Amino acid sequence: MTDCILKITHLQKSFGVLKASDDLSLDLRAGEIHAVIGPNGAGKSTLIKQICGELAPDSGSIEFLGQDVTSLDVASRARLGLGRTFQVSSLAMEYSALRNVMLAVQSVQGSSFRFFKSLAADQPLRDTAMDCLVEVGLELRADVCAAQLSHGERRQLEIAVVLALQPKAFLLDEPMAGMGAEGSKKLTDFLDKLRQRAPILMVEHDMDAVFSLADRISVLVYGKIIMTGTVDQVRSDARVREAYLGEE
Amino acid sequence: MANLTIEYKLNVFLVMLLVALPAIALILDEPFYITLATKVVILALAGVGLNLALGLGGLISFGHAAFFGIGGYVAGILASHSLNAELMFTLAEIEFQGSTNMLVIWPLALLVSALVALIIGYFSLRTKGVYFIMITLAFAQMIYYFAIAWPAYGGEDGLSIYVRNQFMGLNTLDPINFYGICFGLLMATLFLLSRLKNSHFGAALQAARQNEQRLAAVGIRPFGIKLTAFVISAMITALAGALFADLNRFVSPDMFSWHTSGEIMIFVILGGVGRLFGPVVGAGLFIVFEYYLGGLTEHWALFLGLVLLAVVLFARGGLVGLIAGEVKHD
Amino acid sequence: MTAILIFEQLLNGLQFGMMLFLMSAGLTLVFGVMGLINLAHGVLYMVGAFACAIIAGLTGSFWLGLLASLVAAAMAGALVEVGVIRKLYQRDHLDQVLATYALILIFSGATRWLFGAFPLYLDVPEILSAPVNLFGLLDYSSYRLFIIAVGITVALGLYFLIAKTRLGMRIRAGESDREMIAALGVDIRTLYTLVFALGAALAGLAGALLGALQSVEVGMGDSVLILAFVVIVIGGIGSIKGAFIGALLVGLVDTMGRFLLPYLFALVLPPDTAASIGGALSSVAIYILMAVILIVKPKGLIAANG
Repeated sequence: MTDCILKITHLQKSFGVLKASDDLSLDLRAGEIHAVIGPNGAGKSTLIKQICGELAPDSGSIEFLGQDVTSLDVASRARLGLGRTFQVSSLAMEYSALRNVMLAVQSVQGSSFRFFKSLAADQPLRDTAMDCLVEVGLELRADVCAAQLSHGERRQLEIAVVLALQPKAFLLDEPMAGMGAEGSKKLTDFLDKLRQRAPILMVEHDMDAVFSLADRISVLVYGKIIMTGTVDQVRSDARVREAYLGEE
Repeated sequence: MANLTIEYKLNVFLVMLLVALPAIALILDEPFYITLATKVVILALAGVGLNLALGLGGLISFGHAAFFGIGGYVAGILASHSLNAELMFTLAEIEFQGSTNMLVIWPLALLVSALVALIIGYFSLRTKGVYFIMITLAFAQMIYYFAIAWPAYGGEDGLSIYVRNQFMGLNTLDPINFYGICFGLLMATLFLLSRLKNSHFGAALQAARQNEQRLAAVGIRPFGIKLTAFVISAMITALAGALFADLNRFVSPDMFSWHTSGEIMIFVILGGVGRLFGPVVGAGLFIVFEYYLGGLTEHWALFLGLVLLAVVLFARGGLVGLIAGEVKHD
Repeated sequence: MTAILIFEQLLNGLQFGMMLFLMSAGLTLVFGVMGLINLAHGVLYMVGAFACAIIAGLTGSFWLGLLASLVAAAMAGALVEVGVIRKLYQRDHLDQVLATYALILIFSGATRWLFGAFPLYLDVPEILSAPVNLFGLLDYSSYRLFIIAVGITVALGLYFLIAKTRLGMRIRAGESDREMIAALGVDIRTLYTLVFALGAALAGLAGALLGALQSVEVGMGDSVLILAFVVIVIGGIGSIKGAFIGALLVGLVDTMGRFLLPYLFALVLPPDTAASIGGALSSVAIYILMAVILIVKPKGLIAANG
């Protein structure tokens, strides 16, 4: 069990009669990229929200690094090392790109209850944040307010913020959404390298990206995982075809 | 520092104006202006408190009158016990006396308001949006009606402080001395607040206003940040309340009324939400209105309403925003 | 203290609750449909009371006054909606609070200017001035019974309006999806003005009805406004049903608290202390009620929109 970073067992979540997670079990192992795919309305967002702590499951458990985190809140899970990005960029829009990353760095430092010392003068913190921006190639836009960044740049910034958290696992909610062909290509290469730092659980629609990146794929339909397997297994699986083609 | 911002210049101008006010009043031979200026400074301080919660944290508290009143009543109650030479209460065989020393009154006002704010904030911050506005209002109303119904400290009639409280041997009844004390506290608070705004905590607090989800996702619990800000904010407003009690040498349940909450909010808005000196400008404008327009017509509140409406509809950054442009984060 | 006394207080609580419902219905509707928090609602209460007192004074007829209160409050509401409120729908709650607070200052100032600071008086109509005997047990004010009847009628009327009529359907649609209803070709601006005027008319009616029990003066809407907010927060903002339940709860808890608490404390404490503690506690009872409900259910008893 040592290489199992994230372990989700028997997750149940209903909204009225709709079962968004139906006895859902899933794990994320060290070094891998595990993609969750599924048609619209399959319960992917609900799954992400439960893993990061925004939604409480009706039953079932979530273990992270061997610790039961089911009852922890979002912030606690993030501090344990669960780094997530949002499907629709969720940033502090008035802050510059650098400031957004600095927020993550100060969280890691645990320095949010310093009331007197100037944040802007905290050079090590700035440097650390800047390094993260350099990694995603956003250093030239460091002083631009998040509201003025382009869609693609915001996605890059999301990643930079997560990098600053030095997570033990990445939780990426549709990182490719709205990236355009060239952006997707770059991001795919980036994520390919990122897996060396920590394993990645990603929900994604872009099948090209999923098939080129994922070590394992889980297929989610109506709140149930109908199969988990390698790219080839999923490609040739009849149930998966039915789930996607039947849906169209 | 070659390119100072307009806001910075405006702030310097305001500080100089406040320093010069007593002298101006004496030159014009209008000593009453000093009392008016003192009122501006105290109300500005109350606004500065709210501005921390509202401007930086986005916490629309409609109940800051509670803290303003608590500050006032701490001053009033301590003074009345001291002047009547009665014990306050006995706890674990320690006898608690009243006091007329501001250096005793202020810390106690800060302490009591912090405790009350901790309770109010703990419950209120679980709600959001309109519910937060309403529950803070309800808590303040609770204290307001309690102050009216509780007969021990004057009930509806309020409580008089016969002699202004003491501060390090100064003659506090001298308007200039008292103005100096209030001005000093306002400046000290503004300095600390400007540090707080640019500190790590300030960054987290302003992020909580912009995007709470983001703050939680990087591992900072918004609740703790907001509660801390709410408590500090309440303490500042309570300090203003204690000074206000000494200014009028009188406290009454009106300090707790929702109109007081509304007025504190007006100081912040007229001046400019989230601007360091916004409440100073707002309170100044308010007093100028009350005094000059109030001298011309008894219906001055009508015109205040029109100005407030115009500011909300057409000048969203308040007066400071009009002069200095939009807020910029470095 | 007898059962009859308690019964009488229950009726008083019911009457108070019904008045609060008239006041809260508009407030909660405006929030539910337009997402607007309106502090100026108490002003419309005042407008209704003044209109009623003036017309009743001129014509000698309370009923014409009552009609005038509906018309005047609805018109004032429509005017305010078109002139100011309309610009606030897209704004945040802070702007709404401040702009409507400014409206309070403006309306109160203008009313004081026009009618002076002295209260106007409004008499209970003759036909309802004599008490009626209930079940041979007690004599009770027929006017208060009338208020209860009006409250129940309005509640039923609103239920019918919202559940069964075309306008109600649009209101419900407006609550859940603004773009959708605009896309359906409903003139959303007119709908909003209509809803706002309806809420205003009900507040005006409440003001007129209560004006005959209290004095008609500037600022009379303030305390009622806060109570109405307590009501809709308890009931769940946006829900008419919640407003009804909340209004009854607040009316009863407040009335019974003031009546019973001093008695209850007197059982265990010396009379003086009991009177002051009981009095102090009963005057904050509804706020404690609200705080407790919000702690247990942060969105009120009946959360609107599902």
